[in-house]
Amino acid sequence: MSTTDQTVRHGKETADQVDGVPTGEDRVAIPGMSQEGEVLQEGRNQAGEPEIKHTKHGDISGVPDSSRAGRFTSYKVGEFPKLTSKLEDWRFTPIKRLKGLDEAELTGAAPAVEVVSGEGQVTVTTVGRDDARIGRAGIPEDRVSANAWSAFTEATVISVPANVEADQPLLVDINGSSMDPAAQHIVIETGANSSALVVLRHRGRAVLSQNVEFQVGEGSKLTVVSIQEWDDTSVHASSQQAKIQRDGSLKHVLISLGGDLVRVTPSTRFADQGGNVEMYGLTFVDEGQHLESRLFVDHSQPRCRSRVTYKSALQGENAHGVWVGDVLIRAEAEGTDTYELNRNLILNDGPRMDSVPNLEIETGLIAGAGHASTTGQLDDEHLYYLMSRGIPEEDARRLVVRGFLFEIIQQIGVESIEEQLRQSVEEELARHEN
Amino acid sequence: MSVLEIKDLHASVILDDETTKPILKGVNLTINSGQVHAIMGPNGSGKSTLASTIAGHPKFKVDSGSVTLDGQNVLEMSVDERARAGLFLAMQYPVEIPGVTTSNFLRSAKTAIDGEAPSLRTWTKDMKASMEKLKIDPAMIQRNVNEGFSGGEKKRHEILQLELLRPKIALLDETDSGLDVDALKVVSEGVNRALTEQNTGIMLITHYTRILRYIKPQFVHVFADGRIVDEGGPELADRLEEEGYDRYMSVSK
Repeated sequence: MSTTDQTVRHGKETADQVDGVPTGEDRVAIPGMSQEGEVLQEGRNQAGEPEIKHTKHGDISGVPDSSRAGRFTSYKVGEFPKLTSKLEDWRFTPIKRLKGLDEAELTGAAPAVEVVSGEGQVTVTTVGRDDARIGRAGIPEDRVSANAWSAFTEATVISVPANVEADQPLLVDINGSSMDPAAQHIVIETGANSSALVVLRHRGRAVLSQNVEFQVGEGSKLTVVSIQEWDDTSVHASSQQAKIQRDGSLKHVLISLGGDLVRVTPSTRFADQGGNVEMYGLTFVDEGQHLESRLFVDHSQPRCRSRVTYKSALQGENAHGVWVGDVLIRAEAEGTDTYELNRNLILNDGPRMDSVPNLEIETGLIAGAGHASTTGQLDDEHLYYLMSRGIPEEDARRLVVRGFLFEIIQQIGVESIEEQLRQSVEEELARHEN
Repeated sequence: MSVLEIKDLHASVILDDETTKPILKGVNLTINSGQVHAIMGPNGSGKSTLASTIAGHPKFKVDSGSVTLDGQNVLEMSVDERARAGLFLAMQYPVEIPGVTTSNFLRSAKTAIDGEAPSLRTWTKDMKASMEKLKIDPAMIQRNVNEGFSGGEKKRHEILQLELLRPKIALLDETDSGLDVDALKVVSEGVNRALTEQNTGIMLITHYTRILRYIKPQFVHVFADGRIVDEGGPELADRLEEEGYDRYMSVSK
């Protein structure tokens, strides 16, 4: 496999600064000049401080934000520029295949929310858009998300009361039956010191823009599994925003298998220190499919931890996978510990994978920060090792491919769901006899 | 009674699509069941290449010569066929295989080698017994193959496979490297069990003489610049310990 370590926008320690001018090891005699010459690093002023540009309304010149911190947010769809492939966060997405999610009024019927099991300790209610629990996790970060925000009429709120440790996972099916562009809003909230596991399983036919909020209460533990197993023609854009209170913990598992275009954008923000997030992803991209995951972890609080592990397998002509992992460690987020990893397995000729890790570090006082991305075919050394033990090549390939993919499924922790997903992955693999 | 015969073997490492570099320059060696042949030599002399070429690593290409196991042409076999014919290579750097549990891997390998799945009861019993003798943590079989194993655990895992898969001829590629003295003893005992209980023929590749205190070779071969340059009994190892390889380095130049 080839390893590509991409864009690292590097910050510097703020400890050794007086009035914003570096005085420690980074000190320079002339502002903007170092021993290597003029500092031309993008997004930094001459004193080496981060310079944050905001993408403003109407500015569609395609100049990328200098920092993820400067990403424009708004509840109003009209305040976002119309989508073009020149916009940094839409550059990989086939906009025409959004089937109007960016422009149309989203008046179609939202997919039906059906609780399969686990209700009781955890409650599921339908509320109007003015409910106080809506809108606390974050503001829409793109036009499609804002369009859904403008259009949704009612929301599903899943609540875990304080101090309740739910002993059953809550399984929720979200069944689409119409190709009229629709909006949907879901809130999952955990009270202080509670714990719960929620599975959202998307199926059927839909053209859907969705906002999902996770409000992770103080000291609580929430596991959310979002499974996209849509029919082949469905289009789904899902903005999943989390806000984690002090010492709260979120495990987010994203499984995207079916749909013509699925674009999930999970963002995690910390409201206080001590938070922990683990984000896992598995996508299986087939012929003609566009499956995109763009995540963001915003370390704005001290002593929080994040771990990101996303994997994808791709097969067939015009199978297009996209993974963008933005991790920002702000100056005030001292003691941050973060690592993000993306691994992609190309199973035959024809697919395209774009993998872009972005790690921005604005303080040197961190516990750890790292990222890695690999895209390639099956590792010959893995096959060789297994075959040298007598295992025929075909069986060795099976073992390695399934091992690669099932590692993420293992994270779910609900055997019936895991078994069903393993079966789905087997069916995907069988299409190309892997 | 099995015999591995290597005759005038020349092989190259494949550097890229167009470039190869000759490493093995005419190796002759015969190993019978129950024998231990130590292959000793300086770093870069081609010892590991010899083992990898016999096992069929795709990075190496045979230029001429022959390798047979009980008269069968090994060089015509695929990597997995060689293993099923009775060859085993304990690797110097075993790779980590994410997502494949050790338990699943070992059972798959045993099934492939034997041509049928082992009976669950005896298999579990055999595995437990071998792991205990090699002082391997029972929890290891639930972990992914070699993932997060320490250097010592990886080598014990290689020897566990040697014991469970029962090959006719085993090639041990610097199995002693990276082991502390306790681990070295445990691993050596495993090799000696294969030798006495299964009559396995052993090619023991090593840079140092220290493992020869625990595994006694009948034959010692000195390897330099891609071929065997000296041969003798155990006394040759003692001499190497005192004098080092300098003598052979100058000969081969």
